[in-house]
Amino acid sequence: MAVSGLLFIAFVLLHMYGNLKAFAGHDSYNTYAEHLRTFGEPILPREGLLWILRLGLIAALALHLYSALALWHRSGKARTSKYVVKKNLGSSFSSRTMRWGGVTLLLFVVWHLIHFTIVKVNPDGGATNDPYNLVVDSFQVWWMTIIYLVAMAALGLHLHHGTWSSLQTLGWTSTAAARTRAKIAGWVVAIVIAGGFSLVPLFVLFGVID
Amino acid sequence: MKVTLKIWRQPDSASQGAMHTYEVDQVSEDMSFLEMLDVLNEQLNTQGEDPVAFDSDCREGICGMCGLMINGQAHGPEVTTTCQLHMRSFKDGDEIVVEPWRSDAFPVLKDLVVDRGALDRMIQAGGFISVNTGSAPEAHSVPVPRDDAVRAFNAAACIGCGACVAACPNGSASLFLGAKITHLGELPQGQPERHSRVVDMVAQHDHEGFGGCTNIGECTAACPKEIPLDVISQLNRDLRVAMAHGH
Repeated sequence: MAVSGLLFIAFVLLHMYGNLKAFAGHDSYNTYAEHLRTFGEPILPREGLLWILRLGLIAALALHLYSALALWHRSGKARTSKYVVKKNLGSSFSSRTMRWGGVTLLLFVVWHLIHFTIVKVNPDGGATNDPYNLVVDSFQVWWMTIIYLVAMAALGLHLHHGTWSSLQTLGWTSTAAARTRAKIAGWVVAIVIAGGFSLVPLFVLFGVID
Repeated sequence: MKVTLKIWRQPDSASQGAMHTYEVDQVSEDMSFLEMLDVLNEQLNTQGEDPVAFDSDCREGICGMCGLMINGQAHGPEVTTTCQLHMRSFKDGDEIVVEPWRSDAFPVLKDLVVDRGALDRMIQAGGFISVNTGSAPEAHSVPVPRDDAVRAFNAAACIGCGACVAACPNGSASLFLGAKITHLGELPQGQPERHSRVVDMVAQHDHEGFGGCTNIGECTAACPKEIPLDVISQLNRDLRVAMAHGH
């Protein structure tokens, strides 16, 4: 859970960095997208690095899903008769929504891959072969921006608990000070990543990027 | 003061249980929660009803026997054990829901009494140091740095009451386990068995059917001895190191 989660955090950070290229304009964004495909050539084939990353992410996802389902299953078996009254006192909202929030993110990732990679859906009906234009056309549609903003809220929550929890699972928070730092890291990672991702859709929707 | 109690009644572990409602009048705010239950039981005795079974022993907050889920909080609204909870923490006319610890690893024996033997079996699996007993050795012969001694002592404050399991949404006993690992792992005497201890105790924990820890933190909020979450990190670190050494 922790190791695969940290890999995902590294991935979303890089992904967010790439998205922000949209602020540098059409050519900069598309060059970046093309460069991802030619990175490492001629030692690697075209899209070579991309496929190495994809296979790594698929492996991390398999590990993450397997661990999550195993924990979920154990948790269900550990308390088969529920409390009539049960209060939550020491836990964050994000920590209690990891499972269904994770399911939400998985559904979003499926949609996101259909939207921008596998099928390429342009809700405007326009061309889909130009990455920058596909982004702009998509997020000019208000409900598309809403879908992505909801997903980023779910991602922010997941990262808020996930960051600190992974550090705790790896045994790096054995003092009160280290725990405080890990919890602060959770806030920073959540706000930077969820916030950074939300900028492009919002700026497109409000016409700053077009 | 007068309180309305909704209490889980279950004749034995094989039977189905249900919530029953009782009213207790003339409760003094200086009574402990358990004394209030004693008053209820005297009332039930005179009515010819079976008294409510609940565990208690020392009634001074150090043995870990008493443990009730009170209004959805392990040991009730104060940071202490159920026996040290007093009725002044409640108001006249309050409705109080009392349930046993809910964990499949802690089967209900009767009413509010659960079998916490799973925690004892975890201790038997490795929560000890193997030394020949005899006369006490000279204390200064094995120096212990102050910070280590303090941390070990704070972890050793765990009384094994099971509130961490009861409060955990995953039903995990990781705080209990972490307290034992930290307590023995901080001291020189705990070093020879440090790797095998953590591996064996974790295996027993999982075998007993406790859930896995997801670092939610309800355990430490419920702990009457305020054992911090650091001990679970220590547990994870010790397990990682033990596995790296081939255990």
